[in-house]
Amino acid sequence: MGGEMRKHPTIICRCNDVTIEDVERAINEGYTDLESLRKRLRIGMGPCQGRTCIPLLIRLLARKLGKKPTEITLPVTRPPVVPIPLELFLKSKDVGGERK
Amino acid sequence: MPCTRNLLSDRRIWSHPILTFKRGRKVKFFFEGREVEAYEGESIAAALYAIGVDIFSYSIKLKRPRGAFCMIGKCSSCFMKVDGIPNTRTCIEPVREGVKVERQKGLAEIPTNGGESDVEDEEVLETDVLVIGGGPAGLSAALATAKYGLKTVIVNEHFKLGGQLLKQTHKFFGSKDLFGGLRGFQIGEELSRKVMGNPNIKVLLQTVAYGIFRGGWVGLAGKNKLYRVKPKAVIVASGASENFLTFPGNDLPGVMGAGGAQTLMNEYGILPGDEVLTVGSGNVGLIVSYQLLQAGAKVKAIVEILPEIGGWFVHAAKVRRYGIPILTRHTLKAVWGRERVEGATIVQVDEKFRPIPGTEKDIECDLVLIAVGLTPDTRLFAQAGAVMRWVPEAGGPVPLRTRYLEVSIPGMYIAGDASGIEEATTAMLEGEIAGLSVVTKLAGPKAEVIERREKLLKFLWDEYRASPLMARAKAGKESVTVSEEEMEEIRKWNPPFVSFGVR
Repeated sequence: MGGEMRKHPTIICRCNDVTIEDVERAINEGYTDLESLRKRLRIGMGPCQGRTCIPLLIRLLARKLGKKPTEITLPVTRPPVVPIPLELFLKSKDVGGERK
Repeated sequence: MPCTRNLLSDRRIWSHPILTFKRGRKVKFFFEGREVEAYEGESIAAALYAIGVDIFSYSIKLKRPRGAFCMIGKCSSCFMKVDGIPNTRTCIEPVREGVKVERQKGLAEIPTNGGESDVEDEEVLETDVLVIGGGPAGLSAALATAKYGLKTVIVNEHFKLGGQLLKQTHKFFGSKDLFGGLRGFQIGEELSRKVMGNPNIKVLLQTVAYGIFRGGWVGLAGKNKLYRVKPKAVIVASGASENFLTFPGNDLPGVMGAGGAQTLMNEYGILPGDEVLTVGSGNVGLIVSYQLLQAGAKVKAIVEILPEIGGWFVHAAKVRRYGIPILTRHTLKAVWGRERVEGATIVQVDEKFRPIPGTEKDIECDLVLIAVGLTPDTRLFAQAGAVMRWVPEAGGPVPLRTRYLEVSIPGMYIAGDASGIEEATTAMLEGEIAGLSVVTKLAGPKAEVIERREKLLKFLWDEYRASPLMARAKAGKESVTVSEEEMEEIRKWNPPFVSFGVR
């Protein structure tokens, strides 16, 4: 794992190791919105849930498409918005009440 | 600079011109099977950084070394295996006697020894108000609702209350009413003490709100327990996360958010680096550079891509007095080093921010600070379906809200940096305003409450934000603040799928 001195990739998504080249390639292949880029590259779908990469991705995509960042449609946010151990759902006894 | 330091070196700051760091008792724990020491009250990530551990994990696909980055539980760079549990955020996990910490290498395996876990049954919490986030905005909000007899639950992701106040070592401006003259961490401690001692407030530490569901239920997850709450009002004060940049080597340990470095240095008294290059000359970049200098580091330069310095003159003058060059029209081209930062290459840019070939310059350093702004953390609003707008001046997409800080989800309120990037004073003001709005809604309009709220609103909008220094932030907040009537209209066109409290 001894790294090289000066040859490093540019990482956009730290959680899933997505590089700027990966994103540029996908945009060139026609994945030109955040939803499909997420599905193609898993970018923004790691444990930080896009908190570092989505703002970067929006700027990069806007530049590539000649748009303003504010014109890029944001991806859908679904629960859980933070990663939580699956164990909590598996092992805790449901207390009833309204269905989630 | 040597590229790796000896394990068991000590990066703790033992003498500082203005600060003394309170450290808990010594504890022993295990890193990669080896017994090491820490001080109680430190996070695992801070304790490891203090003894010279730069690499917390190797990434899942490219096996890149990853180290301390945000230090406040927002990113995933500090994930380690803690007592056998992978993907533990070690920056918000307190170090304990005997805890076993290991580096993750690649994608973590699901632990198979599931028999000994202590998961408790889910609990339904009865409360009037749920406050999400224990920083300046959330604490102020909870104190306001509790003051008027509302039962309040406050959840906080970190094991300590206070949020980013805890790393603010500068004295606040303003009147006594606004904590003027106190240092940020002192304000944080004072607010935390008041909240902890308030019989109407239940505090849940290391607990996150993971989603908002039909019928007005909110799901909370603690370390070993789930909760569900159906509050009459929710105040979300989830703060912000630091912006990042794209350049080769941007994930090497030693590339750190300016806020992350501040957490290490000001909250834990650990020097984040010896030789520093700062990227971004806004107030955060300037202030942290100055604080690094005070703590004993050498700041080699501050680079700024724009033709002028972003931060206030008073802060720029201070760092310049100490001989730190502020290089405008410069940017970071790349960072290099074997397993951590050993240096960076900067380059001059033209009017269109394009690098000018031949102007590259290498700077040896072991810390590259990224101080290029913050993005509000608004995911709970997005998930709940609140109507949002992207506002560059606010730092990203933020929900529309009334003057009283209610968003398009009835009974859901916003305060602090989540509502648009400003700073701790406005966060405290917004927190109290949101809290008083909830009081007005749930307990009926009381003259005293309305009067106090109007006074705060007037001060916030007409005095505090009237300064030209706040013009940008003010414009951002103005563009997402709507009247009550406009909000009703917005709700007609975007019917909320969930609401809180009686309407």
